[in-house]
Amino acid sequence: MRLDVVLRVVVKLMLPFMLLFALYVQFHGDLGPGGGFQAGVIIAGMVILYALIFGVQRAKHVVPQRLVERLVPLGVLIYLGTGVVAMILGGNYLDYSTLSHDSAHGQEYGIMAVEAGVLVTVSSSMLAIFYAFVERGRS
Amino acid sequence: MIVFINAVLLTLLAAVTVGILRQRNLFGVIALAGIYSFLMASILIVLDAVDVAMTEASVGAGVSTVFLLGALHLTKSLEQKPHHSALLPIIVSVGVAAALIWGTIGLPPFGTPDAPIHLHVAPKYLADSVKETLVPNVVTSVLASYRGYDTLGETTVVFTAAMGVMLLLRGRRRTYSRKTGDVKTKGEQQ
Repeated sequence: MRLDVVLRVVVKLMLPFMLLFALYVQFHGDLGPGGGFQAGVIIAGMVILYALIFGVQRAKHVVPQRLVERLVPLGVLIYLGTGVVAMILGGNYLDYSTLSHDSAHGQEYGIMAVEAGVLVTVSSSMLAIFYAFVERGRS
Repeated sequence: MIVFINAVLLTLLAAVTVGILRQRNLFGVIALAGIYSFLMASILIVLDAVDVAMTEASVGAGVSTVFLLGALHLTKSLEQKPHHSALLPIIVSVGVAAALIWGTIGLPPFGTPDAPIHLHVAPKYLADSVKETLVPNVVTSVLASYRGYDTLGETTVVFTAAMGVMLLLRGRRRTYSRKTGDVKTKGEQQ
């Protein structure tokens, strides 16, 4: 073990709280500041911090690169899909009023679905870019 | 008090900008750019734009600093001396700055409630957002529902950026042999 044991211990303690904060920012975006963009960046930051301290190989073991690169388009598809579902249920594209029996509830569900899509795309995009940089630096 | 905070933040911002301009070592430039983003986030908090401040702190100061360091890892860490004189860029930037400052003279004073931007759709959003979407944070309801198309576009921008970086940097590096004209792919069986 090298001399960076303090960093390793502190980072290990911080990681779960970072994830918790990201989820708070995501699901509390309805009430306070925050939302998919910010939460996605915080999640990506958590994995990047792990990779900086424990090495990219271990980070890739926890969050595989193949998975990350498949999640990038998935988030956009969730967003687009929400709009299409709203259309199939008889509304306009991206008008979430039809998603539930009650118009206001439908809007709430639609906003949640859309924010989830943003979270998936932003977090995986940031990680994919990070992995790409690291990989090119190696070769 | 608010004037004092603004004065301190804007002075620091100007100082950091001058530092970035004078610094030749790119590592120092990246560190200063991170400080710049944090100062910008503080200014946005003073302006009561907490959502934007949060994005600026996490994206501007956090992730983009890491990306810039990653890019620095692939290049040299010292900026090269420019070959041409700085006269033309200075004229352009001073001209643009003068035009922008001239443009602000025509704007209504900061924070006026009867400015045109506060009279168009903003009152409708503020009055009906909670009733129509059950979301108390109007920023979120405007972002995800009323202006859903714009956010879809923003998400696509992030997606495109990731795809672009992956296309440029991922995959095997090819080397071109000038003598034989062969294109070799690194890591391939000879």
